[in-house]
Amino acid sequence: MIFLQLFLTFLKAGAFTFGGGYAMISIISASVLSYGWMTEEELLSFLAVETVIPGPIAVNMATYVGYEQGGFLGALIATIGVVLPSFVIILIIASLLKNLMKYAGVQAFLGGMHPSISGLILATAATMGLKIFFGLKTVESALHFDIKSIGVMALVVAISLTWKKIKKKEISPIILIVVSGVMGIILFL
Amino acid sequence: MGKNKNGLGLFLNIFLTMTKFGFFAFGGGYAMIALFENEFVSSKKWITHSEFMDVVAIAESTPGPIAINVSTYVGYKLKGFWGSLVATTGMCGPSFLLMYLVSLYYDQFMANRFIYAAFKGIQVCVIFLIASAGIKILKKIKKTPANLSVLIITGIGMIAVSLFSLEISSVVFILFGAAVGIAVYLIDSKKKGRA
Repeated sequence: MIFLQLFLTFLKAGAFTFGGGYAMISIISASVLSYGWMTEEELLSFLAVETVIPGPIAVNMATYVGYEQGGFLGALIATIGVVLPSFVIILIIASLLKNLMKYAGVQAFLGGMHPSISGLILATAATMGLKIFFGLKTVESALHFDIKSIGVMALVVAISLTWKKIKKKEISPIILIVVSGVMGIILFL
Repeated sequence: MGKNKNGLGLFLNIFLTMTKFGFFAFGGGYAMIALFENEFVSSKKWITHSEFMDVVAIAESTPGPIAINVSTYVGYKLKGFWGSLVATTGMCGPSFLLMYLVSLYYDQFMANRFIYAAFKGIQVCVIFLIASAGIKILKKIKKTPANLSVLIITGIGMIAVSLFSLEISSVVFILFGAAVGIAVYLIDSKKKGRA
């Protein structure tokens, strides 16, 4: 039952997406890969396409995977699934538990998640980097250096560090996306 | 607003405001907080500054996209359940529609070799954006031994899961972190109790 699978997969992702959309990538990619809804390459290129669509990653991902697996209804069901947990939780907090955040136990529970969320997000970046820069998907894959991708990364890092030094604030991701897109056309065409 | 303040006009106002944000929600939830504050607190006066700060703290620490959490809360505050439903739908609508349109033509779109090459470059940028999001959270964490151990165990654990194709869900690591957080809190409060 594809609709139920979609709903439950994205419901779980919605319920555990703490700390912004990037933390969700590792949760959702495990299910998406194990159901065979996407290959690893498709997932990586989807994440690139997703950055140029406005809105939360969670919604974009649910819409795309849902559409691919179950058409319009699939897209709708997956999106409702991913939004539902936060909708219900915020409603409960807004109506009943306005002081929830003031309980020390709740803060300890949520505060304890932050280090693991940070670890999760950094590990997501590291595994994507291993795949794209060195061709390392599993321990058995042969090492293959992608000099062009490493070059684009060096440029992106250099631009953002220089920007921070001169302008004293973070560069907009939009500029980095445009620069890396242009570099992609120059290097990979 | 005048006489529309409590009628259907307010629902429409909530919906259109959230839709507008939904269309311009680039750069993740954190980037939107400043825009939200400007609109909800300064310009529309839907919510006071201190309540807004509370909402942001709640939105950051509850699951789900921050932008959606904030809009659900603001919608509820203005018009109860239906207000929150209208606000959440307004916020998600644009990305749903745009992503749906892209999905319809995704394969043709990616078959274009210019577009394909551009997105190969953007893939690299995505790694950078994800890493900087992780570092941003890392900077906010108190550097206690417990927190650093959780961070390192999760980080190395998740890389191992991917390289060795293990079947461990990242949810396990998140719950592990929460359990450590509670354990540290219980031990600390016991110590304080004795002193």
